Amino acid sequence: MTETLIFELGASGRTSSPLPDCDVPARPLKEIIPAGLLRKKPPGLPEAGEAEVARHFTRLSSLNYGVDTGFYPLGSCTMKYNPKINEYAARLPGFARLHPYQAEDQVQGALRLMYETQRYLAEITGMDEFTLQPAAGAHGEFAGLLMIKAYHDHRGETGRRRVVVPDSSHGTNPATAALCGMEVQQVRSGRDGTVDLEALKDALGPGTAAVMLTNPNTLGLFEREITKIAEAVHRAGALLYCDGANMNAILGISRPGDMGFDVIHLNLHKTFSTPHGGGGPGSGPVGVKSGLAPFLPSPAVGFDPAGGRYYLDYDRPLSIGKVRSFYGNFGVVVRAYAYIRAVGGEGLRQVGEDAVINANYLLSLIRGTYRVPFDRRCMHEFVVSPPAGFKEAGLHTVDIAKRLMDYGYHPPTVYFPLIVEEALMVEPTETESRSTLDAFAGALLEIAREGFENPQLLREAPRRTPVSRLDEVVAARKPVLRWRPPAAEE
Amino acid sequence: MRYVLNTEDDRREMISLSGAGGVEDLFGDIPAGVRLRRPLNLPHPMAEPDLARHLREISSANFSLDEYACFLGAGAYDHYVPQIVDQLLLRSEFYTAYTPYQPEISQGTLQAIFEYQTMICELTGMEAANASLYDGASALAEAVLIACEETGRKKVVLSGAVHPEYRGTVRTYVKHRGIEVAECPETGGFTDPEALGVLVDDRTAAVLIQQPNFFGCLEQAPEIGEAARRHNALFVVCADPVSLGILEAPGEYGADIVVGEGQGLGNHLSFGGPYLGFLACRQRMVRRMPGRLVGQTVDKLGRRGFVLTIQAREQHIRREKATSNICTNEALCALAAAVYLSFLGREGLRRLAELCLQKAHYAHGLLVSQRGVSSSFKAPFFKEFAVRLEEDLAAVNRRLLKDKIIGGLDLGRFYPRYSGHMLLCCTELRTREEIDRLAAGIGGTVNDRNPDF
Repeated sequence: MTETLIFELGASGRTSSPLPDCDVPARPLKEIIPAGLLRKKPPGLPEAGEAEVARHFTRLSSLNYGVDTGFYPLGSCTMKYNPKINEYAARLPGFARLHPYQAEDQVQGALRLMYETQRYLAEITGMDEFTLQPAAGAHGEFAGLLMIKAYHDHRGETGRRRVVVPDSSHGTNPATAALCGMEVQQVRSGRDGTVDLEALKDALGPGTAAVMLTNPNTLGLFEREITKIAEAVHRAGALLYCDGANMNAILGISRPGDMGFDVIHLNLHKTFSTPHGGGGPGSGPVGVKSGLAPFLPSPAVGFDPAGGRYYLDYDRPLSIGKVRSFYGNFGVVVRAYAYIRAVGGEGLRQVGEDAVINANYLLSLIRGTYRVPFDRRCMHEFVVSPPAGFKEAGLHTVDIAKRLMDYGYHPPTVYFPLIVEEALMVEPTETESRSTLDAFAGALLEIAREGFENPQLLREAPRRTPVSRLDEVVAARKPVLRWRPPAAEE
Repeated sequence: MRYVLNTEDDRREMISLSGAGGVEDLFGDIPAGVRLRRPLNLPHPMAEPDLARHLREISSANFSLDEYACFLGAGAYDHYVPQIVDQLLLRSEFYTAYTPYQPEISQGTLQAIFEYQTMICELTGMEAANASLYDGASALAEAVLIACEETGRKKVVLSGAVHPEYRGTVRTYVKHRGIEVAECPETGGFTDPEALGVLVDDRTAAVLIQQPNFFGCLEQAPEIGEAARRHNALFVVCADPVSLGILEAPGEYGADIVVGEGQGLGNHLSFGGPYLGFLACRQRMVRRMPGRLVGQTVDKLGRRGFVLTIQAREQHIRREKATSNICTNEALCALAAAVYLSFLGREGLRRLAELCLQKAHYAHGLLVSQRGVSSSFKAPFFKEFAVRLEEDLAAVNRRLLKDKIIGGLDLGRFYPRYSGHMLLCCTELRTREEIDRLAAGIGGTVNDRNPDF
């Protein structure tokens, strides 16, 4: 089942344009715009009517799989249920129909919501100040590292240009360091899958600006030596950065600020239930300890208790400046605010608990069949490798992933973290029921059996999806990145 | 907690089947010293009706544009968002999915982005477009990074008539990368051609302008492109996509990279975000692009299908050698743009652009005929223009607000020498009646007898 491209639908001259007639006296275009700046050839946009457009995109949506479709245990992405009240909230006219340059006294509700969200996030993470400006996690990392660099520079330690990351880190960590013009130093994980404290200490030096850690880490393991790590990092004059992608595991249970982290970014689209949107928009707020607050991006949202007014503070001489236009992905912040208010403090703690209960339970159902490289209690997610004998049968993680689709599931994250061979990274989240986990484990065990009895079934999977396996090699070698009308093809 | 499905019985049994003695056991790896021994100090949970009421209360403390006629622009535009866009965006197969890493069950997102990429190419006259970036400002910053890599040069010339927040963002992005940003001054609402001629040299990686620029004025873009080309520098244009319904595609006048803010294409104003950064370029630079790219391919049965492609540029593969650190982008906003442009279509976009143009020119003509109001610049413009007011600008805006009108931006906020100049915008949503009231309000011919003034 495939869908025709929108450009192949419609008919020349067809339009359902919703536009009103011109109610002002119209002047000839050529009087207004110099001829050289006028468009000579109209853009090749579709010419379809409203009904055709509605059907086209509805049919496209039916080729997709979302959290509302079924279980989506994509590790490190926290694909939890997205409450519908959040969508209602973001579309309220006072939020959706608000211009960013309206005067402060016209947007007090929006500023209040932002200010309160900042305070909530500070309480949840144990940080002092927050900015909501970054548009996504990686954008938050960018703002966070720039603040760390600004902090060192301000203290005259301009030589601190190195960022240490473990080999299990998200790819965005080293990529962000490079984007900030810093050097990346990777340290190997210890045998138990967590940071090797001695190796980390060896890596630290006068040139170290920061150590970036995810805790729990990408293997779903809590860094038991976190306080010693923080101590070593600070003794070396460096700062400790928390990639908050895995915050869901420890909500209400432990706070990065109390562990010794100096900076953290959160992903509102992971931990705080805002939808992932097929790849965004997200939101990546950054929290800092008070020593770093002067470097937060501009503007900051403040509250003047005397006047009872919220305001935007642009007067921040040490700020790293702008990381984007305006104030952040406000519409996403509204959804996260609605979530925090819906569940409250006690609810957040239960989120953390049930995320961890679900992951441990699911792991217990497949342990013994799937190999567990670091077999200890996991937090909100875990990493396994294919069953013993799969490699010999020529079967890979990708085959398991594709076969899972035939059972009606979205596969886990595959081939990450890089330090585990043929990794399958499973994060069930707290919004799944025991029966869903039972059924999913049943599918994984069934696939393990199929692998031995009928490996072809895995290699040829998926069969029950709109398209079968797609040729990614051809796509990358001879990129076709846009549609062209047939006549224009070579 | 209402979003958790496990019952108390489930929890007990699941913990026990996991081999743990209790929930505390599961967190045994967390050192006692960093356990939170108190409840989070947050408000109590709210039932949905209470929450809905609470949210309505906060939102109604804002002055919604459903209630006010807005003449603000400056990078965020009050274009109409058709019902079809928002309703299709609420298809949860779209909005509750993640990045389409598994193409067999993500053809909806992938094909929609492929169509979006095609539409951006058509609008801009470029050969390739990516799947989206955070916003127009970060897209411009990414364009600087591409240009420096492509040319092996470390200096860019940035027009001072580019949106001030975009210029700030560019400076933040390049701060520690040894890239020099030479800002070309603006005179009379234009990028100063003489200053530009002096600044652009053989070390210049790119010349960056905005078209129409921050003041709404149309730059002599082809000539600026020529100046860039003389020194083998790239020409980067930050364009308003709505304007491209009638304005020449930057690709036709020599642009190498075209970026911009796509909010106006079916995305709500939402107090500044989420918005949609678009980035398009010549085919030769495809492998330097940041972010996701969707490409066409075939499945095992030879059926057309779509995948994320040229991923060897990206952070999850290349780590510190990636072209960018971007992961989550603005896919749903790109989907909104694809639905919007499909709905408007070829003719609709042209009509939209012309409506904005005509209304802005009607408003301009009417305003400058008022006492105490004069035109700030002589340049041709599209949907935004600036006027100089003799009266205090803030006082004028306060008077307009009483008449349910949100007036323009004080240019003095970003350009002290233009203090007292008001930047105004007319989209297709502004009616003649609203424009007439705006003119009357700015000219002081209404409300004069209001005792408040």
